[in-house]
Formats: sequence, C-alpha cells, structure tokens
Amino acid sequence: MKRKVQSVVIGAGPAGLAAAIEIAKAGGQVVLIDENSKPGGQLFKQIHKFFGSREHRAGVRGYNIGIQLLEETKELGVEVLLDSPVYGIYKEEDGLLVSYVREGKEEAIIAEKVILAAGGMENAIAFPGSTLPGVMGAGCAQTMINVHRVLPGEKVVMVGSGNVGLIVSYQLLQAGAQVLALVEAAPSIGGYGVHAAKIRRAGVPIKVSHTIKRVIGTTEVEAVEIVQLDEKFNPIPGTEEILEADTVCLAVGLSPMTELAWLAGCNFTYEPALGGHIPVHDENMETSVPGVYVAGDIAGVEEASTAMEEGRLAGIAAAEALGCYTEDEAKALKQQVWARLDALRTGPFGQARFDAKKHILDVAKGGK
Amino acid sequence: MRVVNHPFLPAIDEPDITIYVDGKPIPAKSGEPIAAALLAAGIRVCRKTAKKGRPRGIFCGIGRCTDCVMTVDGVPNVRTCVTPVKPNMMVETQNGLGSWVDAK
Repeated sequence: MKRKVQSVVIGAGPAGLAAAIEIAKAGGQVVLIDENSKPGGQLFKQIHKFFGSREHRAGVRGYNIGIQLLEETKELGVEVLLDSPVYGIYKEEDGLLVSYVREGKEEAIIAEKVILAAGGMENAIAFPGSTLPGVMGAGCAQTMINVHRVLPGEKVVMVGSGNVGLIVSYQLLQAGAQVLALVEAAPSIGGYGVHAAKIRRAGVPIKVSHTIKRVIGTTEVEAVEIVQLDEKFNPIPGTEEILEADTVCLAVGLSPMTELAWLAGCNFTYEPALGGHIPVHDENMETSVPGVYVAGDIAGVEEASTAMEEGRLAGIAAAEALGCYTEDEAKALKQQVWARLDALRTGPFGQARFDAKKHILDVAKGGK
Repeated sequence: MRVVNHPFLPAIDEPDITIYVDGKPIPAKSGEPIAAALLAAGIRVCRKTAKKGRPRGIFCGIGRCTDCVMTVDGVPNVRTCVTPVKPNMMVETQNGLGSWVDAK
C-alpha cells in the first residue's frame, strides 16, 4: 500500500516553500520534498537586499527571507523530506505517483496534486580552456563565498553583466576577492544600473563588447585572454588583453530544470525570455496534466520574489482544487498575488517577462 | 582560503575535523561540503577525465554537473559539492570513472 496524501511539493526553494505554506495555511495536507540536505534552495546565498515594495520584502536580505519561510513551514507543521531526489511522476488511477530515493531506498507517495518547483540551473559557455578547474558558474562561486564562506579563487574575471554577474561580482569583493574585470559580449550592461554602479565605484572595469578568447593554464586557470567584439560579435584582432586571473565566473543566464515536467507529460512552449522550454500553465499555474502545477524558475526563469508569488499562487489554486477554499475565497487571494506579480513584471526589465508569461497563458487557452 | 572578514555576515567557526586528500591531512568544518574544505585548502583539481586525463574541478556547486566527483572512502563518483565532510574521510583525486576500492 502506497502512502496517500493530498499534495506533494517538489523543491524547497522560495517557490516550493511558499506553495507548501499556502496549502498548509488553507488546512490542506502537504509533503515538501527536496534533494538537498537543507531547505531554502538558492535563497541562503542571496545576501543582498531584495528589490520591489514592502509586500515583496524589499530591503530584506535573501537569507533572512529564507529563514522566515522556514519558520513559517515549521509553525504550520509542513512535513519536509530532505536528501530525497524525486526521479519520476506517474499517472495512476488514484492520483499522481511521486517516486523518490531516500537513504538509498526507493519510496513513493500518491498525491492528488503535485507542485513542481525544481528551480533552474546555470548556463555555461564554451571557449578554449573553459573546462579547466577555476572556471565555474557565478552562482557556484556565490554559494562558496556566502554559504560555505570559502573563496574559489582570488583574482576573478566575471562573464556576463546581468544582475547575477553584477551582484556576484560585488559579493566577491565583499568576500575579499579581486574582480579584475567583468566582460559582456553585448554593447550595453544587462542588469540594473544600481548594481553596476556599485562595482564601478569599487573600481571593477565593466568591459562591454568584450568576451573571453581563451583561458590559459595546464591544471588550473592561470590567466585569461579577453578580446573586444565588433557590432556583429566577431573578435577584433589586435585588441586581445591578458589578465592575470585565477578564476572565471560565468553569469550567462539560467535554464529551467524541467525534467520532471517532461516525465509527467506536460505540454511545453518555447519562451526565450524565460530561459527556454517552459511547461504550459494557466492562471492557476496548472500544467496541461491535470493536478500538476509549476512555480518558480521551472515556470520561467525570473527572480526569487516572483518565484515566491508563483508558489503562493500554485498553493492557493491547489488548496482550492482540494476543497480547502471556496471559489470566492480563492479568487480573492489569487487576485492579490496576481497584483503583486504584475507589479514585479513592470519596467524595462520586467516587460519581456510579462509578455512571455502572457504568451504562456494564451497557449494554455488554446492559442499559439 | 576561508572568508574570515566579511562586512556583515557573522563570524565563521574554526575547522573542527580533519579529512585526508590523497593522503594529506587538511582541516575541515563539520557540515560543510567536501568541495568547500578543498577550496579552503587551495585544492581545485577534483578528477582527471577518462580519455585524455584532463583536470576538472567544481563547476556548478549544486550537484548537477558532476565535474567535482572524487573517490570518497573508496566509493567513486561522489559529488563533493553536495556531500558533507566526515571526520577522517579519505578523499582521492579520481582518474576517469574511478573504481571501487576497499569501500567501507
């Protein structure tokens, strides 16, 4: 006999925690499963203050948001299974079978509703020497300096001027590393001006229209050769420059970790502005597979603040579908979340994400 | 190198245990992943690739890419970025796919 529960949330990052909190708050039964040994996803490495309004917890550092969410899940009595990678979701007659490994053994739970909040992972780019030890994701370096408090190297070249590249550069400086340069292939800085200004004030050169030509080294990064690019992104001969760096951090975007959604049989749509192939979902964050919801980076790569709101939305919708809320109660709650989400997707940085999200909803309604 | 001085994060604990990397003792902190202890000791090569023997080290830091796998207590292909240290752990640079040796 398999254990049966009302709902399972996969992934204990900002989206999954928020979803589990909403289901528990509504009086629903929820099991939160995560492959890591600690909950919180990538929140605990985010030591900067968040943006947005007070409802979005602006001004609060990411890890403190993580602590708040964990306290809430504890108070509400959410069951959390850690060190438990989920490897499959199967449709059964009496619900969705969620299979996972725990302490080396296979286990499974049958749930009426499943919320996928698996998150995203960093993209990589290839160049000669890109596999040498010392070349790593910017998020990897961020985890090492802020969570584990070790420096992956002392002299860093950052690739990519989106918010991750800018913020992690600043955090590397705070941790005591030198950032020799930030290179950006595009002709302008990708992230917020306020973050770029911080590292410029600290003396880090931001080299737009530049990329890495190669990394030099035998067993580790010993130096980095950068080169200027023309308007067609071709290297301009004669502009090469060698930087005595020991570390390269890649901040070149993230991709949604959609494996479980593919396995569950969800329909997908391609949304470059959100990181790639995204499970089609409706206003309730429900996918084309009834009872399977998505939230956070798996539903389109954005930020922790949007991930939390999407998690709330999926949680409220799942609770409603389980009969914990009346239609009117759920409608009022969902409207509040949608208002906050819309506010987070405004401005020159949010518009593309807003449009892509709207496109996903159109696809869910049967459009193209 | 450990991040001892930080503008606002709390002070860190001292290393409290020892692990052995290719036989050499290095200090480590209970609860931290193996990869963190290695970086603190300045060790960045985790393994050599199977075909060309090229070095690889920590890359994603979240247990997805498997570039940082090493042989730990005789068990090959252990992801050092998500595996916590234990007292007297034997960590070895892995060649290729590694092999099971004297697994405890």
